[in-house]
Amino acid sequence: MELVCPAGSLPALEAAVDNGADAVYIGFNDETNARNFGGLNFNDKNALRALERIRNRGRKLFVAINTYAKPDSFARWQAAVDRAAGLNADAVILADIGLMGYARERHPELALHLSVQASATSAPALEFYRQQFGIRRAVLPRVLSLKQVQQLAAASKVELEVFGFGSLCIMAEGRCHLSSYVTGESPNQNGVCSPAKTVEWRNAAGGLETRLNGVLIDRFAENENAGYPTLCKGRFIVDGKRQHALEEPTSLNSMALLPELKAAGIQAIKLEGRQRSPAYVAQIVRTWREAIDEVLQRGADFSVKDSWRDTLSKNSEGKQTTLGAYDRPWQ
Amino acid sequence: MQLALGPAQYYWQRTDINQFYEQMLSTPLDIVYLGEVVCGKRHQLRAADWLELAQQLAEVSDKQIVLSTLTLLESNADFNWVRKICDNGQLLVEANDLSAVQLLAEAGLPFACGPAVNIYNQHTLAHLMSLGMTRWTVPVEMSARQLGEVLNACDSRPEVEVFAYGHMPLAYSARCFTARHLGLDKDNCDYRCMEYPDGLPLASQEGEELFVINGIQTLSGEPTNLLRHYKQLCELGIDILRLSPQWQQMEQIIDAFDCARRDDLDTELLPPGVDGYWCGRPGLELIARSGTGAPA
Repeated sequence: MELVCPAGSLPALEAAVDNGADAVYIGFNDETNARNFGGLNFNDKNALRALERIRNRGRKLFVAINTYAKPDSFARWQAAVDRAAGLNADAVILADIGLMGYARERHPELALHLSVQASATSAPALEFYRQQFGIRRAVLPRVLSLKQVQQLAAASKVELEVFGFGSLCIMAEGRCHLSSYVTGESPNQNGVCSPAKTVEWRNAAGGLETRLNGVLIDRFAENENAGYPTLCKGRFIVDGKRQHALEEPTSLNSMALLPELKAAGIQAIKLEGRQRSPAYVAQIVRTWREAIDEVLQRGADFSVKDSWRDTLSKNSEGKQTTLGAYDRPWQ
Repeated sequence: MQLALGPAQYYWQRTDINQFYEQMLSTPLDIVYLGEVVCGKRHQLRAADWLELAQQLAEVSDKQIVLSTLTLLESNADFNWVRKICDNGQLLVEANDLSAVQLLAEAGLPFACGPAVNIYNQHTLAHLMSLGMTRWTVPVEMSARQLGEVLNACDSRPEVEVFAYGHMPLAYSARCFTARHLGLDKDNCDYRCMEYPDGLPLASQEGEELFVINGIQTLSGEPTNLLRHYKQLCELGIDILRLSPQWQQMEQIIDAFDCARRDDLDTELLPPGVDGYWCGRPGLELIARSGTGAPA
């Protein structure tokens, strides 16, 4: 079971490698990747350094080029694939059908992983990408229950990677336009959700307000922790009731399911967080490294240690975690 | 310009569904899409019932009847539903995810792609056309400029359909937000989304209508309305305008679009709606406030 870890910078990549990542995924510093945030990600020089560090330590490097290519600048996405192939990356993580066609034709040796942004949730959808583009692995959307993951793993002809820990997208990835509806920028086209440049923190009579492009996302009393105004985690009014109508600030944590995921034949666990600090990456990677090593040794006797749980909770949105869609009652 | 009724997003009573489509037969629509596209648990009409309704409508009407598939598949039951629709043997199918595309392409059948299939550029469009796609409903967040760029770069183009009126489907989740609001689990939802035939409005704490909750789906709080862009839609060579079913005033909306194509539209009587996405802006904005031409 491979541990696939995020890096938005060289120090984060080093933290991931030092703490036990089997593979690290990075993006180039433009809208070709789904964590297109200012000051993050890799230019050509840093990508080469990243590769050198990865090779020195015998790990793998994946490059995420997982937004949907724009019609007037398709060449930028093609160039990103060319750059990843030029680096001799171990795989590229793609979502766009047109781009996969290009990668397959131009770089037949380059391994393709299907991004979670492609939202493939059934065996025939996975088979589509395998037959058309020869994808080797797919990252599953965070919408399936454990049982559904197990069924899909039994039917799939490609390797499957699932999310272990990190910010929880509660919508099917690649199929959420909430951000563009309010701010004009979307994960699919711009690689951002609820972009920071549209965020406003405002002290008002009713408390601290968070806004996105002027739209009120939440209002906090003095004793409440004010979180980043991600659209699906705001407090809204439904039928006269003020509530977290979609989801509360929380992170996904599937560590407790590791034995089942391993038994199902899941080949890789992905940690989310290319936008996070090297210190964050170091802590969660070390925790997951220990947990995966334990499950490899102990199998079904595995249990989540309190210290692991504490570390992950501390690094979670709203200081709480959930099994998300893996667990039916969450749905 | 043809007018299409998109697939119904909300969960309605069986008798109401039958009556609604009966009424639609006497409207100037050219195309009617039918089928459950949101939740595989909804069972007032199962796959076989939708097939039967579609075949009945196709027999008595000269409108084109198209079958739409589920958008977010999670269980084997969901997939079996999609398979039944794809295997109907008679009517065109609108694929709303890649599972349906795979089944239809394997069977060598022509197919349409719905707005939740991510086709954002000419290369993706060409690939799917090579597999049998004949009609493309454009993702709701795509602008007129981007659509023009895709179409200009195409060697051959499919029929192009634009989501021109109605609350836009914005997101799909494993979670049922209607059940959550009512304090229920999805597994024990009691099909309560049926109590909200036009969805459950979600507003900001300042009362701004942001979204509409519809089971596992989230729709735009405001309907989109591209009537004021009718001329531009024609100039771009759009073939079909999609009007999304709603419980109230569907006939008036269809009439307004029919008037536009007969050049007989009184713009004072337009139904409300936003057009931000079409103008390359946040979807909730209203840019063109008058006329039926391109925005100033």
